Amino acid sequence: MSGPKTLFEKIWESHLVDVAEDGTSLLYIDRHLVHEVTSPQAFEGLRASGRKVLRPEATLAVPDHNVPTTDRSRPIEDETSRIQVQTLEENCREFGVQLFGMRDRRQGIVHVIGPEQGFTLPGTTIVCGDSHTSTHGAFGALAFGIGTSEVEHVLATQTLIQKRPKTMRISVEGTLPFGVTAKDVILAIIGKIGTAGGTGYVVEYAGSVIRGLSMEGRMTVCNMSIEGGARAGLIAPDEKTWTYLKGRPMAPKGEDWEKAVAWWRTLASDEGATYDAEVLLKAEEIEPQVTWGTSPQDVVPISGRVPDPKNAKDEAQRRAMERALDYMGLTPGMPVEEIVLDKIFLGSCTNGRIEDLRAAAKVIAGKKIAPNVQAMVVPGSGLVRYQAEQEGLDKIFKDAGFEWREAGCSMCLGMNPDQLSPKERCASTSNRNFEGRQGRQGRTHLLSPEMAAAAAVTGKLTDVRKLVA
Amino acid sequence: MVPFTKLTGIAAPLPMINVDTDMIIPKQFLKTIKRTGLGKNLFDEMRYTQDGQEVPDFVLNQPKYRQAQILIAGENFGCGSSREHAPWALADFGIRCVIAPSFADIFHNNCFKNGILPIRLPQETIDALMAEAQNAPDPTFTVDLEQNLILRPTGNEPISFKIDPFNRECLLEGLDDIGLTMQKADKIQAFVAKQQAQAPWLYSAGAGA
Repeated sequence: MSGPKTLFEKIWESHLVDVAEDGTSLLYIDRHLVHEVTSPQAFEGLRASGRKVLRPEATLAVPDHNVPTTDRSRPIEDETSRIQVQTLEENCREFGVQLFGMRDRRQGIVHVIGPEQGFTLPGTTIVCGDSHTSTHGAFGALAFGIGTSEVEHVLATQTLIQKRPKTMRISVEGTLPFGVTAKDVILAIIGKIGTAGGTGYVVEYAGSVIRGLSMEGRMTVCNMSIEGGARAGLIAPDEKTWTYLKGRPMAPKGEDWEKAVAWWRTLASDEGATYDAEVLLKAEEIEPQVTWGTSPQDVVPISGRVPDPKNAKDEAQRRAMERALDYMGLTPGMPVEEIVLDKIFLGSCTNGRIEDLRAAAKVIAGKKIAPNVQAMVVPGSGLVRYQAEQEGLDKIFKDAGFEWREAGCSMCLGMNPDQLSPKERCASTSNRNFEGRQGRQGRTHLLSPEMAAAAAVTGKLTDVRKLVA
Repeated sequence: MVPFTKLTGIAAPLPMINVDTDMIIPKQFLKTIKRTGLGKNLFDEMRYTQDGQEVPDFVLNQPKYRQAQILIAGENFGCGSSREHAPWALADFGIRCVIAPSFADIFHNNCFKNGILPIRLPQETIDALMAEAQNAPDPTFTVDLEQNLILRPTGNEPISFKIDPFNRECLLEGLDDIGLTMQKADKIQAFVAKQQAQAPWLYSAGAGA
């Protein structure tokens, strides 16, 4: 008999359709999320070869990257964006795939709506033509991003050709200090392992801190796995997972629900299961984090200083740091709390869920944003937006001076009109601070929703703990 | 897919680490619904100024490297987003081989679907090849996938490399892997029958349910 197994191994082995002698595996895919940017060429490929979508009911589509976050009653102004969204609508009609259109309240960022609808389930394999598909790993699913050719492969065959990845367990033990959030945990992890530290691995996040996180917090952690190089990150499902999913429109019902939960209870890694690599972080050592550079690994505690390239480990690193400092317009040694901002972006598949909006609203309630910043909230979905309005959060944000927008990816990558101008500096709850990511020559500092709210109030990077003592 | 057997061409040196897919092809070019035509915007923000003028220093703008078919780069090449537009842009420009110490996983997979050969080599070897690409008057290399060898412009000892056998076969033959998988339709059907019995909730619930 086989020995103790990890959560990853249980999911992987229960989805193998075929394994070749050299280990190349054909993996069955349970759920496929589709958006407008990475799918048109895949549908075109199906058409060209006379193939169909094998399981439309296992496929869910939504436009999110291109959609404007302002007035939704009119067609999209930018022609190429409009064509891409229309192409998705036409493809879904032709191939029988369910679509949440731009004016559907259920529309939102693909990684927010999957869990919200109960489309995301524990123990499943989930893919999407988007690297942040790792988000769904928060439910104990093996979820990862794929390219457009693979999107076409999954549409046609409901399978993917894969090599078995290695496993890494990242344990975060202890109790998070006051003011430290799931976002700070994952930024600290990426700072520790580096942006390529997880390449070739599937990461399982474990330890008391991870168990203590809400589903939203777990999604934030898993979301940024790819920023540490890992295609997938996952967390053992537990009571919180079923509580979150129960009654959601696309989740199992009745007897099937009971059967599902019974199976899900068996998914957690077995005692004694082993991993190819282990990483340990102590919660007490994690402070609120911000990034200073142009890679998500360029993290520094809010009490810290912009690093000096003189201390780089090698020549390549030194050159990269110098380039990043030049791009970001920062001086080595300056305290990060002195960095003055122009924009605040609260949203994205990393931090655009209801709990994120609640946390930020708590910090800004009764306060005003600083005169030097423009701030916007872009809820992760129409339903998150609606929920926030029911709770009066929109009013708190608007009273403070934030813009209250419609749902979408927005300024996380600026495929819609929400972009930074050259040299504009943004505190952003998103996931990537790459050169040009939020707009050509735009400067991005990644941080948590609470820290973004604090930055909005003071107009510079600020330790949120000073505002909410 | 166009088979990849042997490629002889200019190698361009790009001595940067963590070259991300936003650098390779910025988001404003992801709005296309085609796979072609992205070559002119490859590395757009490093290659052109804001008003569309070429940046003379950028490697692919230098006369020596304008026709490059091979790219030599630093570690973690292709990190970031899953956009297949990155290999599409490289291929459309004419680059069919990228040599680096390491690659991000999704980009690495995407290359093989587009007839691009990503080769991993140790840092010391990369350093040597980078120097040759920079200094050789004619930095023409030959990448021979049948022999798993890189022949160098300096005539120095050829470099051997390893590629996953399945991916190598697909490149050499120019195979369509959807076609390959569809030959296993029986196995997929058998899997579905088994899963439907064991996990019926995956079939009763879902989109449109």
